Amino acid sequence: MSSQPVDHSLQDPPKLPFEPLIQRNAVITEQPWVRWLLTALALVFLAGFLLLPLVAVFVEALRNGVGTYLDAVRDPDAIAAIELTLTVAAIAVPLNTLFGICAAWAVTKHTFRGKQFLITLIDLPFSVSPVVSGLIYVLIFGAQGWLGPWMSEHDFKVIFAIPGIVLATVFVTFPFVARELIPLMQEQGTDDEQAALSLGATGWQTFMRVTLPNIKWGLLYGVLLCNARAMGEFGAVSVVSGHIRGMTNTMPLHVEILYNEYNFAAAFAVASLLAMLALVTLVLKSFLEWRLGSELAATRKH
Amino acid sequence: MTALTLPEARGRSPRRVIPGFGLTLGITIAYLSLIVLIPLAGVLLRSAGLGFDGFWHAVTSPRVLNALKLSFGAAFFAALFNAVFGLLVAWVFVRYPFPGKRVLDAAIDLPFALPTAVAGIALTALYSGNGWIGQFLEPLGIKVAFSPVGVVVALMFIGLPFVVRTVQPVLEEAEKELEEAAAVLGATRLQTVVRVILPTILPSLLTGFTLAFARGVGEYGSVIFIAGNLPMVSEIAPLLIIIKLEEFDYAGATAVATAMLVISFVMLLAINLLQAWARKK
Repeated sequence: MSSQPVDHSLQDPPKLPFEPLIQRNAVITEQPWVRWLLTALALVFLAGFLLLPLVAVFVEALRNGVGTYLDAVRDPDAIAAIELTLTVAAIAVPLNTLFGICAAWAVTKHTFRGKQFLITLIDLPFSVSPVVSGLIYVLIFGAQGWLGPWMSEHDFKVIFAIPGIVLATVFVTFPFVARELIPLMQEQGTDDEQAALSLGATGWQTFMRVTLPNIKWGLLYGVLLCNARAMGEFGAVSVVSGHIRGMTNTMPLHVEILYNEYNFAAAFAVASLLAMLALVTLVLKSFLEWRLGSELAATRKH
Repeated sequence: MTALTLPEARGRSPRRVIPGFGLTLGITIAYLSLIVLIPLAGVLLRSAGLGFDGFWHAVTSPRVLNALKLSFGAAFFAALFNAVFGLLVAWVFVRYPFPGKRVLDAAIDLPFALPTAVAGIALTALYSGNGWIGQFLEPLGIKVAFSPVGVVVALMFIGLPFVVRTVQPVLEEAEKELEEAAAVLGATRLQTVVRVILPTILPSLLTGFTLAFARGVGEYGSVIFIAGNLPMVSEIAPLLIIIKLEEFDYAGATAVATAMLVISFVMLLAINLLQAWARKK
């Protein structure tokens, strides 16, 4: 607001990324040969360490030809595993999405004591080993578990059956949606909602017409990550599934069985389907990150 | 703007304007309790049922001790390695231009997106004696697959994005004015990097290290294929839990799980303290 005009062209804008600046500001960068060496080192490392395993999956899957590949993928047990994986994700992901929205709404739109503690508890499943995540349900519902005798009396199976697999998956993917939404909604505050409410909207209308459009990309981002983990989870599901072919075998477990039978081509064929899922997830993730960036930028503007 | 905030300033506890607090908090706490808290408390309760002697006896048997040592040791070395290479990758991505950067940047998250079992068999195929990489290491006397080294390699793959993704944003936000000031005051570039840049990213590097470590300790899917799973040599703690469960040794499985849970909680606490410390700086 000063009367003297300031020539900003001489100054770097405050939050410009480093990369373009380094081209013209020798003071804040290294010698060219150092830059070249570090870049080469990082790229070789990433290629050998990150990309090579991915390439290996597809090469091994197609080693014995396309015919073997299609046979492995069309095997009835493989199809049953694919169906089970999709079913489990179709139950676990919506459950955790609903929970994530509720948790984020309670945490970010209101103030109450113990909020930070609640957020820590929501994150808890991330710091528990997947195997332990499965074990906790075996201890409750297993034959020797607390509810075991009652369950066998009523002929209701959780462990070594689909409900156990769903439970373990829900546990492992529990925080994904909530932890994406909480920072986003925190940043957005409650101004928009207060405006809608003061104009006479009901709570539900406010959520559907104001909050949801504001958070849709963040929500999709959380759902995407939740789904990737739900379909790929191995450790937790392995404990509770019982590995019954065609019955309680998810795709990752099917990969393990085939691999342990030395049926490598088939194992890698099923694994390649999961790898493709991972690639699709990464592409969508990049797209959502871009949209999420503009969502956040839009919030900061007003 | 001040006029709008008046109603809040009037009383100690303003009436809640946004509806749905009771409902959403109720659902959150009920669901959290049913899925997470009660089952987890169950493990601790079971473990308490063993008594301290029973618990100690189960946890200090040589096979369990070896498994815990391997799980924590391998996770530590993998996280250390990731701290170095993760920092290198984050540095190059933030500061240097090179072709294909956007695609590679997305690929950093591959270990998050790739199911662990797939990563496990792929790494085994690469590092076994006749694999793409293993065939060059074998003549040098380096055995990666089916040895503790394989465990470290698998955990390195799993943990890399944790370090890159925590360090990268901090590097991006770093103030170049500080570096310019250091240069103007006569510091060499190396001095600037070590004395000015490194201290600002150290908290995030530590956080990334801890996250990678915590993940590595509990990791199962990617490790069991490449480890070879020899008892006392390359058997990780999560696998031992599964073996004990299959032998119907619920008490033993619970004891190992409790030991892992307690150590993980301590690390979670450490992460939170680190982040609080980083925020203060």
